[in-house]
Amino acid sequence: MSDDLNDLKNLMDAATPAPNAAARAKNIALAQKNFETLQGSRNGARLTSDRPNKGFISGVKNMLNQMTSRAGLTASTALIAVGLVAFTPIGEGLLNPGDFWETNVTSAVQENATGGSVSAGNADITLGGYAEFGIGYSEDRSADEVEIYNFRLRNPAPIERDLGLPGSTRGRDSSRPFADEMLAQSDLALGNAADQAAAAPQTLSRRALSESIALGAIVAEEAPALTPRFDQDFDTINPSDPNTETFANEKPNPVKITTETPVSTFSIDMDTASYAVIRNSLTNGQMPNPSAVRIEEMVNYFTYDYPAPTEGNAFQPTVSVTQTPWNADTQLVQIGLQGAVPDVADRPPLNLVFLIDTSGSMSSANKLPLLKQSFALMLAQLRPEDQVAIVTYAGSAGQVLAPTPAGDRSTILAALNNLGAGGATAGQAGLQQAYATAAAMAKEGDVNRVILATDGDFNVGLNDPEALKTYIADKRNSGTYLSVLGFGRGNLDDATMQALAQNGNGTAAYIDTLSEAQKVLVDQLTGALFPIANDVKIQVEFNPAQISEYRLIGYETRALRREDFNNNKVDAGDIGAGHQVTALYEVTPVGSPAELNDALRYGDAAAPAAGASDELAFLRLRYKAPGEATSQLIETPITATDASDAGFAAAMAGFGHLLRDSTYVGDWSYTDAIALANATRGSDPFGYRAEAIQLLRLAQSLSR
Amino acid sequence: MRHTLVMLMSTSDNNLALAAAGGDAAAFSALLERHYDRLFRLCFRLTGAQAEAEDLTQDICAALPAKLQHYRGEAAITTWLYRVAVNAAHDRRRRQASHQKAATGWGDWEINRQAANAEAAEAVDWLTQAMRALPADLRDTLALVLDDVTHREAGEILGVSEGTISWRISEAKKQLAQMRQTEETQ
Repeated sequence: MSDDLNDLKNLMDAATPAPNAAARAKNIALAQKNFETLQGSRNGARLTSDRPNKGFISGVKNMLNQMTSRAGLTASTALIAVGLVAFTPIGEGLLNPGDFWETNVTSAVQENATGGSVSAGNADITLGGYAEFGIGYSEDRSADEVEIYNFRLRNPAPIERDLGLPGSTRGRDSSRPFADEMLAQSDLALGNAADQAAAAPQTLSRRALSESIALGAIVAEEAPALTPRFDQDFDTINPSDPNTETFANEKPNPVKITTETPVSTFSIDMDTASYAVIRNSLTNGQMPNPSAVRIEEMVNYFTYDYPAPTEGNAFQPTVSVTQTPWNADTQLVQIGLQGAVPDVADRPPLNLVFLIDTSGSMSSANKLPLLKQSFALMLAQLRPEDQVAIVTYAGSAGQVLAPTPAGDRSTILAALNNLGAGGATAGQAGLQQAYATAAAMAKEGDVNRVILATDGDFNVGLNDPEALKTYIADKRNSGTYLSVLGFGRGNLDDATMQALAQNGNGTAAYIDTLSEAQKVLVDQLTGALFPIANDVKIQVEFNPAQISEYRLIGYETRALRREDFNNNKVDAGDIGAGHQVTALYEVTPVGSPAELNDALRYGDAAAPAAGASDELAFLRLRYKAPGEATSQLIETPITATDASDAGFAAAMAGFGHLLRDSTYVGDWSYTDAIALANATRGSDPFGYRAEAIQLLRLAQSLSR
Repeated sequence: MRHTLVMLMSTSDNNLALAAAGGDAAAFSALLERHYDRLFRLCFRLTGAQAEAEDLTQDICAALPAKLQHYRGEAAITTWLYRVAVNAAHDRRRRQASHQKAATGWGDWEINRQAANAEAAEAVDWLTQAMRALPADLRDTLALVLDDVTHREAGEILGVSEGTISWRISEAKKQLAQMRQTEETQ
């Protein structure tokens, strides 16, 4: 580059401004929008029974569409007709109204067929009152070779005969159905011309869109109107929305050596959100995010045949030892807790505060609308003495329904239906107001509960799960329970929801369908809303003489320190009326080939306590009765005599392992999981287990 | 989504463009993000005014998705983008010319508007003014060459031979020098 050109370049560089940031963002957004729209509109034109540009009828349509005006068509036809009448032998024949049909028209058509490209026309001036239509067709796709035949018909019979001629040139061998079709469609062709004309701009626009002839053809305002949009509610597949989902999870529990850490302590977990999230992902055709998989929640989604607690006890622990389905040399210890079902008839009145997220992110059909339906379902389960208040939060929090007796359903439903989504998400302000409302409603003996419905997106105020934890933990002492219902996908903040539910003495559930709402809010309403035991902790001490290694399946987010078991100040999960909690350990008997750790060369474990050598482990449970500060202890030994067959819980645990790509299951595959789940399905009155098997099958197909 | 974007940053522009042509939205965004500034710079040089350059860039952005579907990777994506931009600028000029033709003699409102436009044009510096005064083909060529495009590539973009580009550049230089001289003598 020469020097003067370099000078010029420097000058030019200095003169060139930076692009306007706002315009830049806008233009890029526009381009992305058009890009997306274009992906959606790539489907070809709607299929019609007509072949394009072929055939008499569509030829007529084409002709009418392509002529600049109907008047022009009439005028030119008339001109040709006059010319014909004046200057051709046909015209002479026409001027002499004898047996014109037999002699003239036929000969004209024959002349056409043999002579080629000359168009034959007929005047309508001289012979009014006959049926008339024009037929145009093109012999191949090039539209400029359209020939126009005008026939004048006295009755249908000549049509059939005469049309045989042009028909045969196009290779049609049957003239009868063709003529019928033509007759049937002739008024369609002419009568619909107006509609055709009206539709024409749209056709053109679509063509411009798909072939992109003109640069400015797609402008922001026009694009959505021109192309069909397929707004499905699958946030997960919408490429424009960044996926901001976060999940609460930890690394899978490692295998522990009994001699080193004989005691395993954790808090129970009644949540089922993880299973519903997995189901939602799979039914949308995607493998779930491994961190969305919390195995204990998958296992706890289902109910098992545990014996009911005896009179006066809050719950009944059940232990069983089974063969591990995925490892022949280990065993599964299943610990089940069955909550007591108090008499529903004399349950205390409920004070419910619906805390509803009405931020902009809640607008899709599987969020706010589903939420309204879900609450409406639940409302039918409440009693007249129960009270309901609604607090919403978006950019700011506000009470939209003062505490109202549940008997006044129309008021509550009207308030629910008036909710609309928009704005940011001031989750903390909403929580504050909801707790304040709940405190105002509280009466002695009532159960107070805040039911938070959200997609988890807290973006105003406290939004750090840790900070929220502190806030909620503070509120929990006021005796108000918290339930968290998650809705929608795309920005589901599972981590925040878990933080809220675990620390607010509550449960987290994920509502993806109305049937899930039915399960959580109707079928399990009593359990979901009436806690029978608080801060339930499980501690299992394994006997090193029997068990060399063990591994807790799931409950990663619920681990407790050993010393926290007896500490009444340490919070843990609550169990609701009639609820079940299931925990599974995979244990390796001493001397089993499945032992993963080699024995120490030097160290040796302390000798096991005498007289307890046939016990595999010892189960301790601590719980508080609602409202009490001190905990009660339940103790049970686990022995090999508790053996039974691997149940559905094992199949679900295996499913969870497969979804997390766990190495512990070895070669055990979806096929095995499906077989086990099928074999252990048992009675399945609500079809939940059948659904799980469907999900297994889906996951099997998707993972290939 | 964010994850894929990071991965995409390392793939070559042409692969990105091909992926975008195949309907990959993330690839398309990445591509546009990467080339937007360069596109705008060229648009500014082709039009000589910021507002017009923004409009032109908008036109290009709007039509780019559809155009990109026909990108088959025969030319480098930068060359291809430049060609799109130059063609868009042509179209825009043609539209403006016919609009002006139609608008002449439209009464006071239009006269005032034209006057305002002229004033705005005076405000920009000498070089852009001079660029605007150049014939369209010389201006396009100069804009490309000043953007570090080689003569051969510029020929490819504009659809003329390399020799023509070299001739146009020398011609443009000549004319600019002349303009400068008249400016200085005045």
